[in-house]
Amino acid sequence: MKLVFEKSRPGRRASTLPRYELPPGDVPDELRRERPPRLPELAEPEVVRHFSELATRTFGIDTGFYPLGSCTMKHNPRVNERVVALPGFRDLHPLQEEDGAQGALELEWRLQEILAEVTGLDAVSLQPAAGSQGEVTGLMLMRAYFADRGEGDRAEIVVPDTAHGTNPASVTMAGYSLVDVRTDRRGNIDLDDLRGKVGRRTAGLMLTNPSTLGLFDENIEEIQRIFHGAGALMYYDGANLNAVCGISRPGDMGFDIVHINLHKTFSQPHGGGGPGGGPIAVRKTLEPFLPVPAVVRDGERFRLDYDRPKSIGKVRAFTGPFGVFVRSYAFIRAYGPALREMSEAAVLNANYVLARLKEAYELPFDRLCMHEFVLSARNLKRQYGITALDVAKRLMDYGFHPPTIYFPLIVPEALMVEPTETETKETLDAFCDAMLAIAREAEEEPELLREAPHDRPVGRLDEVQAVKRPILKYGFDEHPVQAATARASEAAQAPKGV
Amino acid sequence: MPATETYPDDLKYHSEHDWARVEHEEATLGITWFAQDALGELVHFEPPEEGAQVSKDSSYGEVESVKAVSELIAPLSGEVVEVNGRVVDKPEIVNEDPYGEGWLVRIRLSEPDEVDSLLDAEAYKQLLAEQ
Amino acid sequence: MTRFLSLTDADREEMLEAIGVVSLDELFEQIPRGVRFDRELALDPALSEPELVTHLEELAARNAHAGVELSFLGAGIYDHYVPAVVDAILSRGELLTAYTPYQPEMSQGVLQAIFEYQTAVCELTGMDVSNASGYDGTTVAADACFLAKHATGRSKVVLAEALHPQVRQVVKTYAPGFGLEVTEVPHHGGITDPDELREAAQDAACVIFQQPNFFGCLEPGPDLAAAANEAGGLPVAHVDPISLGVLEAPGAYGCALAIGEGQGAGNYQSYGGPHYGFIAARSEFIRRMPGRIVGETVDAAGKRGYVLTLQTREQHIRREKATSNITTNQTLLALAGLMHLSWLGPEGLRELGETCLALGRYARERLQDAGLELVFPERTTFKEFAVRVGRPASEVVMEARRKGVHPGYALGRDYQGLDDALLVCVTERRSPADVDRLATVLAEVAAP
Repeated sequence: MKLVFEKSRPGRRASTLPRYELPPGDVPDELRRERPPRLPELAEPEVVRHFSELATRTFGIDTGFYPLGSCTMKHNPRVNERVVALPGFRDLHPLQEEDGAQGALELEWRLQEILAEVTGLDAVSLQPAAGSQGEVTGLMLMRAYFADRGEGDRAEIVVPDTAHGTNPASVTMAGYSLVDVRTDRRGNIDLDDLRGKVGRRTAGLMLTNPSTLGLFDENIEEIQRIFHGAGALMYYDGANLNAVCGISRPGDMGFDIVHINLHKTFSQPHGGGGPGGGPIAVRKTLEPFLPVPAVVRDGERFRLDYDRPKSIGKVRAFTGPFGVFVRSYAFIRAYGPALREMSEAAVLNANYVLARLKEAYELPFDRLCMHEFVLSARNLKRQYGITALDVAKRLMDYGFHPPTIYFPLIVPEALMVEPTETETKETLDAFCDAMLAIAREAEEEPELLREAPHDRPVGRLDEVQAVKRPILKYGFDEHPVQAATARASEAAQAPKGV
Repeated sequence: MPATETYPDDLKYHSEHDWARVEHEEATLGITWFAQDALGELVHFEPPEEGAQVSKDSSYGEVESVKAVSELIAPLSGEVVEVNGRVVDKPEIVNEDPYGEGWLVRIRLSEPDEVDSLLDAEAYKQLLAEQ
Repeated sequence: MTRFLSLTDADREEMLEAIGVVSLDELFEQIPRGVRFDRELALDPALSEPELVTHLEELAARNAHAGVELSFLGAGIYDHYVPAVVDAILSRGELLTAYTPYQPEMSQGVLQAIFEYQTAVCELTGMDVSNASGYDGTTVAADACFLAKHATGRSKVVLAEALHPQVRQVVKTYAPGFGLEVTEVPHHGGITDPDELREAAQDAACVIFQQPNFFGCLEPGPDLAAAANEAGGLPVAHVDPISLGVLEAPGAYGCALAIGEGQGAGNYQSYGGPHYGFIAARSEFIRRMPGRIVGETVDAAGKRGYVLTLQTREQHIRREKATSNITTNQTLLALAGLMHLSWLGPEGLRELGETCLALGRYARERLQDAGLELVFPERTTFKEFAVRVGRPASEVVMEARRKGVHPGYALGRDYQGLDDALLVCVTERRSPADVDRLATVLAEVAAP
């Protein structure tokens, strides 16, 4: 389909604006724009049609099953969209005085209290914009904490080889150096490898538990003894918190700092890449270092506290992504203490799908899983030359979004499946049937997989070309010729698929 | 057209899947068939500057495919005297001819004795078999 | 059972049997007993949907939003009109509830939309490459510093004092981890002096200034960029997208990067978020860009399509050597920006800018007529300007609010010597009559 810029015609316009009879403002010539930006020129009907068509070419959790491992694609309740659009929230300026923002501050304070209870920790800052920013914020807290104790020479962060790439990247951004630790044959941290790597230079551990393999680390108590015994801190990557709400709390596992991905566990619609929210919860000893302002309660009043002399500062503007807080708060209030049932259902669903699939696909760590599990298509590759990528693409033909593939890195041909709690058994069965049918097709009709997907708007795309000759924006009159070929082939293929 | 798997006898190998062709005080460096196969089609070669010092077992540059980055580990120490500009422009040459046109840099050796610590083709193939 | 879960008791029985366990508890045996949570979460009881709405309506009602007070607050978050098409399209479930487009064939729509967003940002800023968005206008400044450090090998950054205080605070929070030292260049009469900037930038990786700056004043952008370039530091302009129909694009006057807060384009104020930050650069910095970037390519049949590209920059591949740790970004909010800009078109954006300029001029004159003094009378401003109220501005704010008008931001919170100054903002949503009312109220509560 055409780009919005290709639909543009000089002289069209969707917008109308108030025209006040006022003398014009003055801008010195050297600061005035010389050439107007080539924004699209469309009347409103075409704006609506263009973006509606883009929507139809996108797959969301509203469209269907989306078992993207480690992303927790659960249902996004519609009432959350209604409440976030209340004018009192939507049109509230972040610099409004506290007496004019009591409702917003109370909501933030209540969410902090809830997250403290769910994580088993003492104090919460909602400020970080996403999980990865929560990570780097948590590491800055470690720095500030150790500097305050005169232990500024602790320079190393231990990260297991199953970790999300954000963990090592955050370590660098916080000015720490990385120490890798291996995974043992049961999918836990390899304790023998670990013991030699924790000492007086260690600032802390970053761990996702359950891990990206979907496995709870069975040695978590020993891990805690090792780190706390060495005077180091423990950071919990909350990407997989959906597995343990009301079942096991990071604070009780020994973690000192936790980030929570509100867009995963607490159902923020992810909008094709964001927004998210990455609040952090900490133990009392770390509270003085949290970002400013803190949202605090004084009797019946709520206020912003900037008087935190040991604070690391600000990591984002204002108090954080407020609209995300409204949705997650509404989501949690709809559950109440029954949040535990959410996690139980997530774990039950994952184990059920695992039980049905483990005959046809390899299971590198043969244990019951938590909320997700990792299969390997290595057997299909060895026998039929079929890769995890082929399986993923073929799943599209069955109407499912594929799982996460090729992650975690320690599992070859990885397929990481996270069904979440909100699916019906019928959906899970249909997905399992498709995965089993694909395993049979790998043997009987492998070309069907290699050429998949068959009914998407495009076939498999040339990613090598995309890197070697990067086209990262529309080139207007100078746009490369492949666009012309594309237009011709598109015209030939009308009407379009989804 | 991808190359077929070979490990020429006249080369020396480093366990990080790099090779060296030693000629007098100089050596030509590249990555092995195994390395290029594991990475897939190369899309980028980040070379060192000519004149830069490289040291054995340390990184002297990077190669990238679409979904992977690999550091280039120097099998020997020395000064970079030439970078293969054709590979900078067309990195896929490494996939087509890893030991010939797809060489990466030439260095003047500073520690010629280091050559003795490298693997011969047989030993390198043995190492691959064990992985 | 809660309303978001679908399993029946019968389903659960069948599933447990298929798994080969007797009870749900067995699934959790991998959790050591010592760390299991053995009581109920101490959370307030569940609310039905109607009760939930009532509860949140009560909270929302305790906020003085733009419909309650006639507000002249700006300072980085603006009450620009969000067109109805934005709300309509963003409510489409496919876009709203999609994850990051890891599987391009399932996600061509959102990928194409991001490609269009990148194009729009490059057009506005005059740059060659934009990513798919950053968190907000503060964090993209930290991203720019990280990029500049690695591009130049220098370890100092220079910030104009007239750059948004929160942007400066966030850069300072990140700087120690990046191994960067931060220096600030003071403003003189509301703008930055190019000579002073050149001096400060001698060994700097980058220089960040804001155009229009925090006080609403127009900086001598081309001179500042030239000064930074002469010193070998990368000039970074922090710009307001809504200004770029009338103000020159940073790429046209020598900047290396353009960054900014995108909220004014397409997004509500929402008590400060979620919004989006944008970051765009000249082509030489493509491989150092943080975050997701969408590129155009073709499928086997030669048909045009879009993919996430240049991913070896990113954390999931380059891990500790990545250009950033960003994963989740602000795509949905950035797409709201694209839709707003598509609705405006080039002529609409220019007209919007002219309207802000004209209203700004009108407001400056009306407040002077009312006996107030401008803080920087010799400067040209865009949609905000600073005015003295003759007594602590925070008190004036409270008194004006009692009369139903929020007159602006009290600058003394961030700048010494400006305790009696207000930063007043006008957008197209404030009419001349609204400005007249502001003038009347300020004439009553200020002490000229």
